[in-house]
Amino acid sequence: MTRQLVAVALAGVFALGLSACGERPQVVNYKQGAYQGKPDSKPWESAQFNNNKDEWERAIRTRNQAQNEYKRI
Amino acid sequence: MARMKFLCDAERCIECNGCVTACKQEHEIPWGVNRRRVVTINDGVPGERSISVACMHCSDAPCMAVCPVDCFYKTEEGVVLHDKDLCIGCGYCFYACPFGAPQFPQAGAFGVRGKMDKCTFCAGGPEKDTSDAEFKKYGRNRLAEGKLPACAEMCSTKALLGGDGDVIADIYRERVTTRGRGGDVWGWGTAYGPAPGKGQAPAPAQGGQKS
Repeated sequence: MTRQLVAVALAGVFALGLSACGERPQVVNYKQGAYQGKPDSKPWESAQFNNNKDEWERAIRTRNQAQNEYKRI
Repeated sequence: MARMKFLCDAERCIECNGCVTACKQEHEIPWGVNRRRVVTINDGVPGERSISVACMHCSDAPCMAVCPVDCFYKTEEGVVLHDKDLCIGCGYCFYACPFGAPQFPQAGAFGVRGKMDKCTFCAGGPEKDTSDAEFKKYGRNRLAEGKLPACAEMCSTKALLGGDGDVIADIYRERVTTRGRGGDVWGWGTAYGPAPGKGQAPAPAQGGQKS
């Protein structure tokens, strides 16, 4: 009986220990204009880009490449 | 688009503090707060190296994990931001951050800690993009203007790169291979030194300097 109790307790501790190895998901959750409950808009929703994500990404990509002087020479 | 990241090339940083100045000017940051600063290792010793440090916008940010009021959030571009309306200025994030990124402005005559302030990757905060309210609390929102952080774009030697992680990694890789240690840039010799009984490691191929 005691041996069974010890086995059950050990199994419980093992399960608890395993659960600590879990990892929280890194996926950003954007729902109804809020990130994890905090309201914010996306950068391409500004007046300048008027919700045009492609245009915003193009602008950022151009700026990114401007940092590469080998491409500018 | 991948995650937004900063990368500082220690071989290029000349400790001019242009990034610090650009950040302070762009966001009108008050006295006593430095969202970005330049750290020098072995200062004054030949071969000293400097890097520019700010919030690194961690993938699994410790500040987010310890905040008792859960004021942090991460945007789709991987930028870690916080809501100053929720922040209580407790300073837990300051203890948790390995880079000392969170700053606490003096908010009163007796030095009471104000709400936390940190680098926003020039992405503002929860307020309406490019609004006055957002600027007063978090500084300019350059991302919403289609621009990258002022510190990186202002860097005169382009030591500090900021932007899409994939792209700046490519830029850095091209730079390292171009500036010349030939095939010795990466590999066994660089990592572990010369093989036993093989003498010295080969000299730099072209223009590289041994430090």
